[in-house]
Amino acid sequence: MTASLQARPAGLKKPGFQMTRRTRESLTGYLFVMPWIISLLVFTAYPMLSSFFFSMTEYTILTPPNWIGFQNFDVMFSKDPLYWKSVANTVYYVVLSVPLGLGVGLGLALLLNQKIGGIGIYRTAFYLPGLVPAVASTLLWMVLLDPRLGLVNAGLKAIGLEPVGWLKSATWAKPALIVMALWGGSGSSMLIFLAALKEIPQSLTEAAMIDGANSWQRFWSVTVPLLSPTILFNLVMSIIGSFQIFASAFITGAGPLNSILMYMLHLYRYAFRYFNMGYASAMALVMFFVLVLFTLLVIRSSSYWVHYETSGRQ
Amino acid sequence: MSSDALQVPIDMRRLRARKLVRTFITKGLSHLALIATAALFIIPFLWLVVTSLKEEAQVFTDPPIWIPRPILWSNYVDALTTPAFPFLHLLKNTLFYVIMTTIGTVVSSTIVAYAFSRLHFKGRDTLFMITLSTMMLPGIVTLIPTYILFRWLNWVGGYAPLIVPAFFGAAFNIFLLRQFMTTIPWELTDAAYVDGANDFVILWKVIVPLITPALLVISVFNFMGTWNDFFGPLIYLDDLSEYPLVMGLYAFRTQHSIQWNLLMAASLATCFPLIALFFVAQRYFIEGITLTGLKGA
Repeated sequence: MTASLQARPAGLKKPGFQMTRRTRESLTGYLFVMPWIISLLVFTAYPMLSSFFFSMTEYTILTPPNWIGFQNFDVMFSKDPLYWKSVANTVYYVVLSVPLGLGVGLGLALLLNQKIGGIGIYRTAFYLPGLVPAVASTLLWMVLLDPRLGLVNAGLKAIGLEPVGWLKSATWAKPALIVMALWGGSGSSMLIFLAALKEIPQSLTEAAMIDGANSWQRFWSVTVPLLSPTILFNLVMSIIGSFQIFASAFITGAGPLNSILMYMLHLYRYAFRYFNMGYASAMALVMFFVLVLFTLLVIRSSSYWVHYETSGRQ
Repeated sequence: MSSDALQVPIDMRRLRARKLVRTFITKGLSHLALIATAALFIIPFLWLVVTSLKEEAQVFTDPPIWIPRPILWSNYVDALTTPAFPFLHLLKNTLFYVIMTTIGTVVSSTIVAYAFSRLHFKGRDTLFMITLSTMMLPGIVTLIPTYILFRWLNWVGGYAPLIVPAFFGAAFNIFLLRQFMTTIPWELTDAAYVDGANDFVILWKVIVPLITPALLVISVFNFMGTWNDFFGPLIYLDDLSEYPLVMGLYAFRTQHSIQWNLLMAASLATCFPLIALFFVAQRYFIEGITLTGLKGA
């Protein structure tokens, strides 16, 4: 240690104040992480904690917050019929879009995980929609899903199916949002799955093949267990993302009979249209706890179905 | 007997030929499946292009028109020069937003990641665990108090709320860069220490050149995220003159009686720069998305 200090030019040594290298390293460490500590305090910790306070107030920004206890929650749970509508819509959307999204992402990855030419082109084709911003893709799908003369209904008619009302129908507006999400979002989950598939050692699938496993058995008994950590990750992320669906519902305008009034859209209206920040904070807090609960449940359940290679080898 | 002896090599050849045919068929089927699926993803995009070049009367027709007649390139001129969608101005705003946040997040995250990976200080590992846990934090819980904070600072109606936080680091970027930095051998930095370099010099001269690919990944990724960001500009900006492209596109749709052909031209123009970047830097896009899955692996 002294050797490294002596190697420095003599001018850098301050007489009477000699820091050990360890102290100096600590100080530099704190200095370097300081921006992030500030960010955690100002943009994470403070907002999270003050959410509890704001959710107990009536606050319209123009006048100071006014403490009203649990009234916001009372209104939310028993006096705002649209609140439960938005909950039901969001749950419907999450329940369908999460498994479909994972299935399509994994399916595309499996299709691409073959030794044939042109994979790069196909991969780009699947991923390209992910580059289109939500506003543009929503506008495009409003054209494609036009009930009378949209391309999708023309396609349905061509293969002998009944055309449906999509965004103009209370029944089909939610499936329309799911189709839109699948188009734009499958590419990235496909890439994550594809990377995980490439990690699976070929020796394992070959060994299963020698043991006489057919391709379905190889998929369920070798590929899926080895992919399970990735499935867990994609599952958690897509649950968190789907519950907070906003842009497509917002741009298409809540749908007929509020059929796609999603939770975030309802919250947005209270916060930024009616400037009822207290009520919106209460809504945000409830959603936060629901998401934490779901995430913990999924992670807890993972010990039953997620296979980590190290534990599997014992 | 002698004819049997001759039969063997012929059988071998036939077998090989059959195997060749079989792989040809399976490969053909794979391509067919891939082409059919890719079509589902590409046709909507193609429709965006086709519709943007149509006359208004040809947008909704039965049967659908695949090749616009005439091809109206002038739609782009019309869409991008109307006062309702001042493309160049919106593009300038977008570039400002994107470049500022990218610089902010790359510089700050690099410095923070250096502390997490190369420096020892008390509480470091706890702080890193907190950082990891915030990556799963749903944005909804911080949304309103953060808005109130920026409102109180009088920053609403400008880019400060969208840009300033980027200069304080981002959890995922910090995590990713830390992973890269921990793989750099200590001998490299120890040598620089002995030569009297301080940590800033080491970070800049030794670490940064070695993690350039990772820095490009987070730059490209942040570029894409910010380019497409809708919610932030929606709540913090309130005038067309400030809007980035996606917000301008949203305003274009709400202000005007809808001319879908022009709207599609404006939409394509909004994503075109990003698509161009994608084709130039595809490797970094794909690596970035792949690396987001790293946490699960």
